[in-house]
Amino acid sequence: MPTFLPTENIFELVITAIFTKNFLLILFLGLCSFLGLTKDSNSSIGMSMAVTFVMGMASILTWPIFHFILVPLGLEFLQTICFILIIASFVQLVEFIIRKHQPSLYRSLGIYLPLITTNCAVLGVVLLNAQQNYSYVGSVIYGVSAGLGFGLVMLIASGIREKLWQRGVDMFEGFTGAFLVAAILSLIFVNYFGVITF
Amino acid sequence: MKLDERPSLSSEFTKGIIKNNAVFCLVLGICPTLAVTTSFENGMGMGMAFTFVLIGSNLVISLLRNQIPPIIRLPIFIVIIATFVTIIDILLEAYMPPLYEALGIFVPLIVVNCIVIGRAEAYASKNPVIPSIADALGVSVGFILVLMLIGGIRELLGTGKIKFVMLWLLENGQPGFLELATLNIPIEPATVMILPPGAFFTIASLMFLFKFMGKKMRDRRG
Repeated sequence: MPTFLPTENIFELVITAIFTKNFLLILFLGLCSFLGLTKDSNSSIGMSMAVTFVMGMASILTWPIFHFILVPLGLEFLQTICFILIIASFVQLVEFIIRKHQPSLYRSLGIYLPLITTNCAVLGVVLLNAQQNYSYVGSVIYGVSAGLGFGLVMLIASGIREKLWQRGVDMFEGFTGAFLVAAILSLIFVNYFGVITF
Repeated sequence: MKLDERPSLSSEFTKGIIKNNAVFCLVLGICPTLAVTTSFENGMGMGMAFTFVLIGSNLVISLLRNQIPPIIRLPIFIVIIATFVTIIDILLEAYMPPLYEALGIFVPLIVVNCIVIGRAEAYASKNPVIPSIADALGVSVGFILVLMLIGGIRELLGTGKIKFVMLWLLENGQPGFLELATLNIPIEPATVMILPPGAFFTIASLMFLFKFMGKKMRDRRG
């Protein structure tokens, strides 16, 4: 029977999603936006905010559909198709709404919204929620904290890449540089936060 | 259009392997490339699942290319791709449970793989069936080679040995990995290569190498 209130430890969920199982550096989800958008910090802030919002909303929307429609009918194998369609239509809807009512927000976030549909981090968080069988509140908290962890790494990496670009370090140019920055950050995350166990 | 003006089937096949290699040249599909390549075996399994999805989706999309209305083509592509992903997900769960466990959520995540959507949009929706399949095969071979290369390097440096395998029917009639040979090297295994940072280090060095070689070759040519 699906439960609404969290049965899992909330603190553990938040720490897991942000640090020990960081989406970008440990689980390798959403690397396309990491490579493409960490050249400057403004676009990485915009993208992280949009991703956090869509991850939270996707968790809110998919949980009832998975637990009240797919599971009772024994159709769990349709989860991939269902989830991707829900995410795609939700993103499209949000794009229409903020274009109409919040033009300034649309100018800063709007260009990132179409990218989010094919961002594996969003589909990944929804699939992980279903796989781990989190409660409703737990899955929403997991979704939002996964987005925050994503944003944290995007900010750090864009700061590093901007500084390196200003100094003109040749070796850290382009995708090679982005991967080297990611390797060093990932080493830090694995070493420092790997010791956290619950 | 005359037939001989079209690029030949073999050139459609080979262009995806080196010249337009999805991972190193176009930098697409990075997430599965890094996440599942902890060993040669996993890399190969992921590549096979990817090949099935890409060939299936390219086939269906190029068959339906005149029926799909252009304005809603992307949702239709996603539904077609998701169908093939669901099929391979169920097949892997039934016949190869160890591989299914190892790949985890990266099998359903083939749906949002940029390479599959990219080939559907750029090639299969504009070309006939046979060239589309040749194109899918070429891109898949390029992708499998990269996965096996990265998986092999990480397994070799991380555990000190590498197990070469092949997808085949085992004695009990189930599909599985047949072990061909095992290579041992006398080094201290560096566990970090199996952990996430190793994946980033490996792909950064390989990309640097590819760029360096490409630049050298261009310089030599003039």
